[in-house]
Amino acid sequence: MTIGEVELHAMLLTASVAAACAVPGVFLVLRRLAMVSDAMGHVLLFGIVVAYGVVGSLDSLWLKVGAVLSALLTVILVEQLQRTRLLREDAALGLVFPALFSAGVLISSLYFRNTHLDVDQVLLGHVEFAARWDALPMLGLLALNLLLVVGFYRTLKLTTFDPTLATMLGFAPVAVHYGLMAMASVTVVAAFDAVGPILVGAFVVLPAITARLFVDRLGPMIALAVGFAIFGAALGVRLAFSFATNTAGMAAATCGLVYLIAFLLSPKRGLIAVWLRRRRLRQAWLQALDAHG
Amino acid sequence: MIGLDSNILPVAFGTAILGAVSGGVGCYAVVRRQSLQGDAISHAALPGIALAYMLGLRSEIFLLFAAGLSGGLSLVWVQAVVRRRGATFDAALASAIVVFFGLGVVLMSRLQRTEGGAAAARLPQFLFGQEAAVLTFADLVPMLILGGLALGVVVLFWKEFLLLSFDADFAMTLHLPVRGISVLMTIVTVLAVVVGLQTVGVVLMSSLLVAPAIAARQWSSRFGHLMLYAMAFGSAAAYAGTLAAHHLGERGSAVPTGPTIVLCVTAVALLSIAFAPHRGLVPGYLRRRKAGAA
Repeated sequence: MTIGEVELHAMLLTASVAAACAVPGVFLVLRRLAMVSDAMGHVLLFGIVVAYGVVGSLDSLWLKVGAVLSALLTVILVEQLQRTRLLREDAALGLVFPALFSAGVLISSLYFRNTHLDVDQVLLGHVEFAARWDALPMLGLLALNLLLVVGFYRTLKLTTFDPTLATMLGFAPVAVHYGLMAMASVTVVAAFDAVGPILVGAFVVLPAITARLFVDRLGPMIALAVGFAIFGAALGVRLAFSFATNTAGMAAATCGLVYLIAFLLSPKRGLIAVWLRRRRLRQAWLQALDAHG
Repeated sequence: MIGLDSNILPVAFGTAILGAVSGGVGCYAVVRRQSLQGDAISHAALPGIALAYMLGLRSEIFLLFAAGLSGGLSLVWVQAVVRRRGATFDAALASAIVVFFGLGVVLMSRLQRTEGGAAAARLPQFLFGQEAAVLTFADLVPMLILGGLALGVVVLFWKEFLLLSFDADFAMTLHLPVRGISVLMTIVTVLAVVVGLQTVGVVLMSSLLVAPAIAARQWSSRFGHLMLYAMAFGSAAAYAGTLAAHHLGERGSAVPTGPTIVLCVTAVALLSIAFAPHRGLVPGYLRRRKAGAA
């Protein structure tokens, strides 16, 4: 079985996208903000459409800037709505991102009907057309994300696991929160060209929860998540090319499959391990009962 | 008067009823802090639709049934993962969305390769809802029946649903079949999502469940009233949104009904947050200022 050049490029790109997404993903999962990645993916369209309306060109860095701003706008709007105490976090998220997404779809179908701003294309990504050097910027982003995490490691760790203590010690959890959100939105925006904004979430969430099944420490969790991301993405591209189907969708599905297998087999939290442990405990308990008559 | 010049009024009437169903059922999700449940169900409907299409089951009923089945399956995934401590609720939800949507995209892409145009043309329809011009009242009849069914179950199990939403522990001590009632509530939510798919589409469906309930919550603290308000808001927004899409469509741009309905319902929620008499931000501010001046 040989791997063609097109497939190799797609594989490199998808794997580096997945790895870059997995790094902020670990923190989103640990902070129970996993759905934010889903929301971010949806609102990108709004930012792109507005930026396109303002700048008027498709091949522009401004579209990406608009997308990042729209993701941050979502985070801010959700925070502000929550602070009114009139609705809870999940409801605020559920209110904001469909609204911005709708505005994006509406504007694009009203004004940009005949441009190349194709909604399907924007939604589903096109990693199949990866060129030789496309993976480089994503690898750069992965390096940047890792560098930031290493640089702010203790701050991130403390604000994630004990925000109250972090505040008392003079760290600024709010600033860290927005910093993290900025990292996540830049990564998601950089990634969506390749895999589409909805499926970006697969690489943010799935590798992190897979890694969480195996380890309890932050450092190893990040390393494992990156590993799972690369493995799941590469396997997904391979399968997508074998079955001639959408690459991003397949990569998301294989990351899910990797998670399911890990969930079954993980030595500590896996379903089988837990079942065996329970059975052993039950038998030990029964034996103890017998022994004491 | 607007809209009388065509057959848009019956269509708007139909979507209004669907808006009432989603708005009413959505109240449960919002008070149980599971607002984003609808998002998972609707995204997860995609592989069901694609699979039914592949198997040749192309009539409306089969497609809706398959959509509901795979949407419900995603919630089974979420519940199984959370119960067995595979992940927290938010992460389980996010993972179910991407995995099911990914599978849906894979199947749709296969379909487009084997079938060409006809199947491809239906993908955007399920993503964003149909264009107002294409929709007829007859298209909505199966959804209206399903919606009526969902509301019927809500009325029939009113007390049980209420108890489970606000005090599940107490329900358990009363020896109510908590598990069964919970499954029934999930089925009702799935029904509400399925009936909205064709008008609002996969991606925007969650808003139609959540926003009316958020708006209604600002007007009343009693659950019965909450649900009536939410149904009223949901139907009004769906009606207005359908007409808006129709009129934009008449001016030459093909606009799906989903985005306009969602924007209407979001506007209702935001206005309620700002101006509702007791809880609203502006009345609260005025009260505080008056108290400060006195």
